[in-house]
Formats: sequence, C-alpha cells, structure tokens
Amino acid sequence: MTATAPKTDTKTMTMIAAINNALDLALEQDDTVHIFGEDVGVMGGVFRATDGLQAKYGIDRVFDTPLAEAAIVGMGIGMGLAGLKPVAEIQFAGFLYPALDQVLSHLGRYRHRTRSRYHLPMVVRAPYGGGVHTPEQHADSPEAILAHTPGIKVVIPSTPADAKGLLLSAIHDPDPVFFFEAIKLYRSVKEDVPVGDYRIPLGKARIVTEGDDVTVICYGGMVEVAQKAAAAAQSAGIGVEVIDLRTLVPLDTDTILASVQKTGRAVVVTEAPRTGGFHSEISAVIAEEAIEFLRAPIIRVTGFDAPYPPFTAIEDVYRPNAVRVARAIKSVMGY
Amino acid sequence: MTRSKSKPRPKTEPNPTDAAFDAAAAAYEQAGDMFQLIAPDGTSTGAGELPDPETRLRLYREMRRARHFDERGWVLYRQGRLGVFPPFGGMEASQVGTAAALTADDWLFPTYRDTGAALTLGLPIARALAYWRTSPHGWAMPENLKVLPFYIPIATQYPHAVGAALAEKRKGTKNVAMAYIGDGGSSEGDFHEALNFAGALEAPCVFILQNNGWAISVPTRSQTKATNLSKRADGYGIPGVRVDGNDVLATYHVTREAVERARRGEGPTLIETVTYRVKPHTVADDPSRYRTDADNEGWDAKDPVLRLQTHLMSEGLLTAESEAALLKEVADEFEAALKEADSYPDPEPAEILDHVFAEPTPQLRRQREQILSEQDSNKDNA
Repeated sequence: MTATAPKTDTKTMTMIAAINNALDLALEQDDTVHIFGEDVGVMGGVFRATDGLQAKYGIDRVFDTPLAEAAIVGMGIGMGLAGLKPVAEIQFAGFLYPALDQVLSHLGRYRHRTRSRYHLPMVVRAPYGGGVHTPEQHADSPEAILAHTPGIKVVIPSTPADAKGLLLSAIHDPDPVFFFEAIKLYRSVKEDVPVGDYRIPLGKARIVTEGDDVTVICYGGMVEVAQKAAAAAQSAGIGVEVIDLRTLVPLDTDTILASVQKTGRAVVVTEAPRTGGFHSEISAVIAEEAIEFLRAPIIRVTGFDAPYPPFTAIEDVYRPNAVRVARAIKSVMGY
Repeated sequence: MTRSKSKPRPKTEPNPTDAAFDAAAAAYEQAGDMFQLIAPDGTSTGAGELPDPETRLRLYREMRRARHFDERGWVLYRQGRLGVFPPFGGMEASQVGTAAALTADDWLFPTYRDTGAALTLGLPIARALAYWRTSPHGWAMPENLKVLPFYIPIATQYPHAVGAALAEKRKGTKNVAMAYIGDGGSSEGDFHEALNFAGALEAPCVFILQNNGWAISVPTRSQTKATNLSKRADGYGIPGVRVDGNDVLATYHVTREAVERARRGEGPTLIETVTYRVKPHTVADDPSRYRTDADNEGWDAKDPVLRLQTHLMSEGLLTAESEAALLKEVADEFEAALKEADSYPDPEPAEILDHVFAEPTPQLRRQREQILSEQDSNKDNA
C-alpha cells in the first residue's frame, strides 16, 4: 500500500517546485494540455506554480483569463468537451465559490448526461487551507463540497513527491479532478522528487508511519501535524499509524479499515469546519464497517463551525495543531 | 450589418448628451431597428439579398419539422407519452434560421427551449423525443454531431461555448460554437462573463439571444431596464446585431454573417432575435396567472412559418400540392421517429450508476452491488 517514488534521478524540490515541474512535464508530454487562470501567464501565478511555463510553451498553451471564476471553470468545461485537457487554476480555494454553479451543475455530470459521448479530462487546481496568516477568505478548506459532488475526483497531496505524482495522474485522468494544494506546505517542506514522469494512482492512501495502537487519518496540510503528534505519542510508548488519504474521491477505505481493525482506535484530522466535513464521512465509514473492532469512540479533530479567522493572533486556535491531535490520541488511549 | 429599408433608423442618431435622449431612444425602439428581409405579409423589404430558392425551401422544411414536433409534443404530453416539455411554437424562425447557418462540424449548445435548433442541426427526432421522455437514450448524443443535451440551468452553457470555440481555434480548425439563451438568461452572470471571455480571447462564438418577451412569468421590461439587448455586446467590445426573430430569412442571413466572421478569426458576435413566446413556459404552465391576451396581441400575425409560406407561395416556390406533400413527409418522418423512440427500452435500475467515471470507484462498485441485491430481494418478495 505504501507507494513510494522511484529513487533514481531525483532533485530536491519544494511542493510548489514539484507542482511546477509536473505542469511543465504535462505540457511537454501532451499538446492538448492547456493551463489558464488568473495571473498564471506572464506572472506565473501568485504562488509561482506556473512560473516560466508561458515563456516555454507560448501564450496559447498557458494564458491569463479575465477575472471571473465561473467562466474560468465554464470555459474549461467547453475546452474539455472539445477534446483538450484543461488545467485551470483558481487563485485560492476561497475564491472558488462563484464557480460552484459550473462545478455542481456541470463539471461532474458531463460523462453521465451524455452517456460517455463526452467526458471532461479537466483539472482544477486551488491553493487551500490556513496556517500562513493570510487575509480573510484566503484559507478556506472546501474539499467536502467537492467530494460530495458526484463525478468529481478530489486529490490533496501532502508532500512534494506526492504532489508531482498525483498531479500527473490527475491531468492524465479522463475525468474531472479537483487538486487542492495546502498553502502551508508550498515552501515549508523539501524532499527528493524524481525529475522524470511518474504517477501515483488516485485512490491509494499512503501509510506515513506504522503503529499498532491508534490510527490517525488525515490529508494535505494536516499530515505534518499528525506526524508531529505521532512522534510525541511514540515517545510516550503509543504506536500511531498515520494514514495520508491523498485522495478523498476515490476513497481508499481498504487502507483505513485495515488499519483500524489492527489498532481499534481512530482519530480523524482535518482543518475544515466541523459539521458535515469529510472527516465525518471517514468516521461514518469506520463506524459502519469496523465498529466491532473499535475500543474507543472515533474522535474528529477539526476546525470549528465558524468562518476561518483572519486574526493572526488567534488563527492557531482554529487550525488543528500537534497538541490537539496528541490530546485526541491520549483520549482514545485512555477510554 | 445592413438595416431594413422598410424600418428606417431615425434620421438623427440618439445623442447621449442630449436632453431628448430618452425620446430619441424610444423612437429608435419604435422603428424596430432590427434587420428584416421579409415583412409579416411575406413581401421582401429589400434590406438585403434573399437566400437562393433552394435554401428558402430548406428553411421552410426545417421550420415545418420543428413546428410539427412542437404540435405533436403537446398531444403526446396530454396522452402521457411525453414528459413535461417547453414548447417553442412561434419561435421557429429564431431557432431554425440560426442553427441552419452551422455545419455538422460546428458546436451547438441549446437550452431546453431549443429543440427546434437541435433538430435543424440534425439531432434525430427520436433522440429529442427520448430526452423529453426522460430516457437516457435522449442523453446519448449522436457521434456525428457536436450538439449537447439541452441545458436546464440558465446561462451555464455560454462559457462552455467559449471553451469549445477556443479549443477549435487552438486546434487550428475553422469550426465555431453557437450557444442559445433567452432574455431572462441574459441577466445571469455567466452570460456576461462568457461575452467578455469570448471577446478577450477572440473565441469563434456566435451567441444567440432569443428575446421572446418572457422569462416564465417575468416580462422583459421587468427583467431589465435595457430595451435593446443586442447592445449588451457593446460592453464587451464585440458586435451586437438585432434581427426580426420571426423572419427566418433574416435570422439565417445575420447568423451566416456572424458564423463567417468567426471562421475568419474575427471573433464572436451577439445576435438578439426579437421573437415572442406565444406558448406557455412549459406544457404544465398556466400563463393566465401572469399575462393576458392583450400581451400576446399581434404576434399571431407575425407567425414565422406562415410568413415564409406566404412569401414562397407568392414567389411560386411553393404550391398547395407541394405544401401538402411536404407536410405529409414531415408527419411521416415524425411518426417513424416516434416508433423508434417507443422501441427504446427502459433503463435498468443499476444504470443510474453508469457513466459517472470512466472507471467506477470502489464506492460506486459497492453501490451497484447494493442496487442489484435489492433488486434480487424485491424479486424474491414479489
């Protein structure tokens, strides 16, 4: 289950560099790949994900659009219908909402509503999540809305190597994929990433650390938080198995259930608002499929049912940290 | 765009700085300021060259096919043989004349009221019937056409047309994309965003705005302060054309010009076809709740099918005999299509999970098993 990147011909990259590298490779591999969005052309994106790509591949392949998210996604749908592979950037996940009509009404429905006469090999990339003191509206985690929408895959990487391998899979997937990138991880982590083409299949979770006592399920920006909590617990003699889901749709329930059957305890961590979040879906799957293995209630460590706070001084209260996750681990151990 | 000679523009152009601007604008509206090739009495206005006789007869046939579908649709609905569908009778010139300007290599993005446009491009009648019967066979669009299933949300198809058009341009073809919308739809953000995108990206699009006077119960005058919707194009730096939507020769003429412009790489055009929704919103709608006969007055006399019929007969291109033969052909074609639609099998329950992804997710596989096992247990209990 642990899919690791091949170790040959690697280069140390941040996540943003790995994403740029994947986009570069996709443009090179396939003439139908087109990248567009706000400020992605000349400027290379506000986070530089598309840095240098317009200069390398031309303004027809990598281009700036007018400032309107609904039309960015809507136009991408039309490009996909006509046989291109559109890769759209929404500047921040919190700016996605004007496009939700296109996403909910059309993006996930085209294969279905044309009985596969048409399909949409489209990728929508969006930076998401908090932890870097962004202004209001810049730190949202709307992944559950997308995961709840039929016909759309949802991918959220947690490492540079995963970001590259998953993004290439997403671009070459025949169906629409939302690709959320944790802003907090863009430049904070570096690792060796293969320079060539490699793909991580969608729907395969990664076991980050193995352990026998508690399973911590997370994705994206919460993986490093869970890892820190797991290290702390480990020092106290508690074996924590951290599972990085990588993709919410398709969901790798086999890996989740196998781990929970082994540990008998589950903590689910996201930074999204609590009610109706994807953490609740994971909890329900465990409750339905593995309740007889549980030795403690499933605990969700999440954001709160309030808008993500732009208040630097108290932002950290909202976003789960290692202390909160460690407390949850302690709690299920002491049940 | 040449203008109708029979409906001349006011001699003095409205001047926005003039205090008499409103009065001038009203006069402008009064004059119609829309392109027209044949007047309601079937006579040529001389505003432009008429299409050749063969094309005129083709447009007449297509309008007859569309009208027949609309009329038979009502009967079939009352017989329980068609679901709720939005009639378009009275709007045939607006739909046929525009769609007829395309080839099978072009894209068509129709709304739910545009069955007539889709049939004109070549959507088989049986598929259209299946769609309005809520059968998946109506969703399986023919491989040889780039026509999409009717759009139910309002205005969302407009950005799709921009994308399809841009894709054709990137692929180096001369193909264009045409999208339909109504006067109500032109209030939606997607309409405006699409016009702006198409202009900025020089996408080969033709946008048809069918101003039929009503968005369900809301008249255009309540929808917007604007009185000439073709001028919405001005805000996006693209040409806007206003045409008599009940004159099929005129709609065909202006749409062909717009299509040719797009093929030449000169970008998008917005065409407002001024027509009227003579019929209710859907066959299940009761328009007496929101409009009176007085609202509809005058529109029967502008009937697009009878207008061209009068014209063709006066030109000697159509006779009582050839008309009768045509109507019989159209009716026979429809009945054969109805028979074909009747032969489409009902979908199996598990088909609701088909075509979600190329490769079903584990979740979808399990849900399929669930449906199948529940079917089995239903059978066992029966």
